[in-house]
Amino acid sequence: MTVTSRPAIVERKGASAPRRKKLSHGKALVIFIGPFLFLYILFYVVPIGYAIYQSFLTVEREGTFGPATVVFGGLVQYIAVFQASDFWASVLRVLLFGIVQVPIMLGLALLFALLLDSPLVRGKKFFRLAFFAPYAVPGVIAAIMWGFLYSPSLSPFSAVTQNVAFLGADLVLWSIANIVTWVYVGYNMLIIYSALLAIPTEIYEAAKIDGASNWTVAWQIKIPLVTPALILTAVFSIIGTLQLLAEPQTLRSFSTAISSTFTPNLAVYTTASVPNPSLAAAFSVVLALSTFVLSFVFLKVTQKRAFA
Amino acid sequence: MSVTSLNRASTGRGSQREPILSRAAAMLIMGVFTLYFLIPIWWLLVSSTKTQGQFTTTPPLIFTAEAIPTFFSNLGGLFTYNDNVFLKWILNSILYAGAGALIGTLIAAMCGYALAKYGFRGREAVFNVVLSGVLVPATALALPLFLIFSQVGLTNTFWAVFLPSIVSPFGVYLARIYAASSVPDELLEAARLDGSSEVRTFFTVATRLMAPALVTIFLFQFVAIWNNFFLPLIMLRDPSLFPVTLGLYSWNSSIGQNPELRSFVVIGAFVSIVPLIIAFLSLQRFWSGGLAAGSIK
Repeated sequence: MTVTSRPAIVERKGASAPRRKKLSHGKALVIFIGPFLFLYILFYVVPIGYAIYQSFLTVEREGTFGPATVVFGGLVQYIAVFQASDFWASVLRVLLFGIVQVPIMLGLALLFALLLDSPLVRGKKFFRLAFFAPYAVPGVIAAIMWGFLYSPSLSPFSAVTQNVAFLGADLVLWSIANIVTWVYVGYNMLIIYSALLAIPTEIYEAAKIDGASNWTVAWQIKIPLVTPALILTAVFSIIGTLQLLAEPQTLRSFSTAISSTFTPNLAVYTTASVPNPSLAAAFSVVLALSTFVLSFVFLKVTQKRAFA
Repeated sequence: MSVTSLNRASTGRGSQREPILSRAAAMLIMGVFTLYFLIPIWWLLVSSTKTQGQFTTTPPLIFTAEAIPTFFSNLGGLFTYNDNVFLKWILNSILYAGAGALIGTLIAAMCGYALAKYGFRGREAVFNVVLSGVLVPATALALPLFLIFSQVGLTNTFWAVFLPSIVSPFGVYLARIYAASSVPDELLEAARLDGSSEVRTFFTVATRLMAPALVTIFLFQFVAIWNNFFLPLIMLRDPSLFPVTLGLYSWNSSIGQNPELRSFVVIGAFVSIVPLIIAFLSLQRFWSGGLAAGSIK
């Protein structure tokens, strides 16, 4: 199905293209690239710049009730960020979450993709859709749904939920991990599965002739070949983890164990509604920067491994 | 045939039929996880056919005898509650996500196509800047956007949520990869010789060849906007502008004071996921092809 939807013309790519006149394309280029670039600058570049600018401001008052004036505060906000133990606790919390949840989620996604790609499973189309269906459920809705499922009184599994406090302080982080896993396993499975489908079958035939078992084929051929897809899904999962907001914020109406600074983004939101825009901007800058650095480093490290 | 293929002493001959045991194990795993993925959605469907009182008094995963009439009376209650506000939310979401993804796909496709098919100075620089946007968490942008929009008086308006949602750096990435492999230079050259302008060539020739990628970009951006929570949460105060996620969130947060909302939250949650499931099912053969392109690179 994947294969048939690809245009057949791809093969002609190698043929030599005549030189094109460069100048005449100038206007077309502006039309093609201009709109995206304009909006990208307006809604990506400018906000980042503005957040950095805002994070260097601070509010000064004369006395307790004097008029407030906004002045340049240098690194005042960043000093406050580094002293905000709530914020760092939330960062550690999502890091712990990511270290446990991302490998489990991607491990399951890889397992399902390999099973779908193996001759062992019948009804592939059904399983593909069934596993992917939760991706169509927005985070807020998934959290509401699981909030009911976890609750001791309303859950269909109340025999379990009356004895295990899924929404208590000890477990609530992992209850959120379950929601995120439930939503995204199928999506990641599909990305990996698409990469598996793109592997030419001749490779398997060769391995078969060499007497390789299914296990060997999966471990030594398939997994290495889908590594780029795994890296892609891992990067998106890392970014998603650091951004956690909708699920914990929604679950707050089911659980008292989720504080207003449970995740970094919740801390940003809470700080912004105080309102303390400068400190919230500084939180945002630190968060964006660490996300960027973390996913960038991950990309570099894994690429060295995968392609060295 | 009694040994599973997993621990077969691997000198084996590739047998045509897989051993029964490993096939059973594989199907068992898939079966158990099918329950894991579908039971919550099933519960939501069943619960939306129950009255408030039946939540706790009837078996949670089984329809009651009067399921269908109850479903429609719940549905009627949901849509008429509080001046049809739920209908407004659904329409808002369709507008934010539908129009946003449509425009977003168009401009991302044009940009990705140009980056793939035209050699110009600074091309790689533009691409890298756009690509690094993929790594910037959208929620980190929500707060600064709010601060900027409040300077120009745009918060709590339709545009505050709509405009930032249009930009999809990942769409550009996907469009570039797909255009590079599926739109042959010769075809563009032929169109030029026929006197077709560059822009016209894009719309008549390139978009057709890029269709699977375009559908993929559209769908995933549609989902991203439909699911977006932080931006509307931070931008909007007026409930008549809410998308359905934020609306249901606001109902869910006030169940404490207003318990009758519980059944509306449940059936509303069910109604809100139906459009997405339909969109994915009906466009499946397009996006599964488009997804592959992004992951191979």
